[in-house]
Amino acid sequence: MTLPFTIIAALTIAGAVAAMSLRNLVHCVLALTLAFAGLAGMYLLLGAQFVGFAQILVYIGAIAILTVFAILLTRGTEPDAFLDLPSAWVSNSVIVAAVFGVLVWAVHSSPLSRRTLPPPPQITVRQIGFALMDRFVLPLEVIGLLLTAALIGAVILAMHEKQAAK
Amino acid sequence: MTETIDQIFVILKHWLVGHVPTAVEPIVSELLSVVPIILLFPLLFALITVMERKGLGRIQNRYGPNRVGPCGILQPIADGIKTLTKENIVPHSADKVVHLLAPLLLVMATFLGYAVLPVGRNMVAANMDAGVLFFFAVGSMTELSVFMAGWSSRNKYSLLGAMRAIAQMISYEVPLILSSVTVIMAAGTLSTVSIVEQQSGYTGIFPHWFVFTPWGFAGFVLFMIAATAESNRSPFDLPEGESELIAGYYTEYSGFKFALFFLAEYLGMMSISGMAITLFLGGWAAPLSFLTWIPSYLWFFGKLFFFIAGFIWIRGTLPRLRMDQLMNFAWKFMLPMALINLVTAGVWRFMPTGILRWLVCSAMVVAPYVLLGRGFMLGKRLEKRTYRFAD
Repeated sequence: MTLPFTIIAALTIAGAVAAMSLRNLVHCVLALTLAFAGLAGMYLLLGAQFVGFAQILVYIGAIAILTVFAILLTRGTEPDAFLDLPSAWVSNSVIVAAVFGVLVWAVHSSPLSRRTLPPPPQITVRQIGFALMDRFVLPLEVIGLLLTAALIGAVILAMHEKQAAK
Repeated sequence: MTETIDQIFVILKHWLVGHVPTAVEPIVSELLSVVPIILLFPLLFALITVMERKGLGRIQNRYGPNRVGPCGILQPIADGIKTLTKENIVPHSADKVVHLLAPLLLVMATFLGYAVLPVGRNMVAANMDAGVLFFFAVGSMTELSVFMAGWSSRNKYSLLGAMRAIAQMISYEVPLILSSVTVIMAAGTLSTVSIVEQQSGYTGIFPHWFVFTPWGFAGFVLFMIAATAESNRSPFDLPEGESELIAGYYTEYSGFKFALFFLAEYLGMMSISGMAITLFLGGWAAPLSFLTWIPSYLWFFGKLFFFIAGFIWIRGTLPRLRMDQLMNFAWKFMLPMALINLVTAGVWRFMPTGILRWLVCSAMVVAPYVLLGRGFMLGKRLEKRTYRFAD
């Protein structure tokens, strides 16, 4: 438990808690983005540069914006006038706590948690690139083709709508 | 001697670090890398505002600022004092916290991009393995802060401006990244320092910059167009169009927060120009082999000023686009061109060196350009516009 880990973990958890508890939906998205950023920081702390930057690029740059657009396009951002807790909140929280306790106990007592981890390998971006182009080249190509097709398809959809409107 | 002058800042930093206790050495070393960036680029921003106002003034047949200091060179100081002493007005219904956080996040995100820019030989704050990826990752954070600014102001013009800005930034991010992928393919690395090294060396007196290849030239033009749109500069300045949206997403900002938005815009412009220099124009390398005695950082900043002057010139010359023109241009022209350019870079990589490679790759760039351009002109009637009351 080093200091950077503690700070990043606290930020991530605070962001996640705020995302669940804030009333204003846009605030929730911003808090969720904080949790995403915390996760990216965690990846960087573990030495996984590529995953960390990809997390920032995809989650903060794209997913957060997409969520915000979805909220603004579908409903108002004003919180509902009165959002009451469900009547059975006591029993619900007891069940949640019990399930969480059982999970913690199960993870803690399993032999897997006591296995000593091998020292983490120093993976450079170059190695990831070689792995992608060598062993995982087929999945990469398939995903690339799929995404390009989706991109062109989206452009074509937008084009046709324009022509119909004229 | 030339070597010493070229490396003077690096030597100075090592000398300074050598004089502190070993316990604080890493921190001092990092501070000495970061503080010059934070000091120098805002200073350049101040200089550029004068340059821009005077340049625009000349283009528009007027003088520009000429009262403060000799030739108005001290104008940015006056501007700074003015914005600092202005009242900080926050609208009553605004979301106070988000309203405050938005400019701070924007400036922070734009500053982060400078970490991976090599401004001279051995002069980069963080030589990261995934430098280019880092640059685009932190660049994508600006979109969120633009949204925060527009939404938290509770003003329909702000929200409209923010929505326009985000739509524009997302649309132009695709060709921006796709056009820089060609360089990453050719260089075989994501590290900015290695990309600059790949472009070092000269044939005769001419350098091996990526811009001097068919795919590199096309990629460079695409990158610069997308960069202009990313930094919300004219002719892509719809998100902050003064005449229609009263400055868009920062309508409700005043005082120093407004200045922070301006700072972030110019910092973003400089950092993305620096990235273009790194990717396509050989970074800090001299343009001709007999000019290598000039220090590397001078070349970098010289190229940077060249780009800034280009931005100012374009701003003074071109009219603003319309929203549908902007989107059509991004998705129907820039995107196909960027995708074709990717293929061109691949062909260039695997064809044997020679005149045939040049011919094939040039044809692969020029033919789609002409065909796409002609294709979009087909259904349009282009004629001289007449204005009823202006003639």
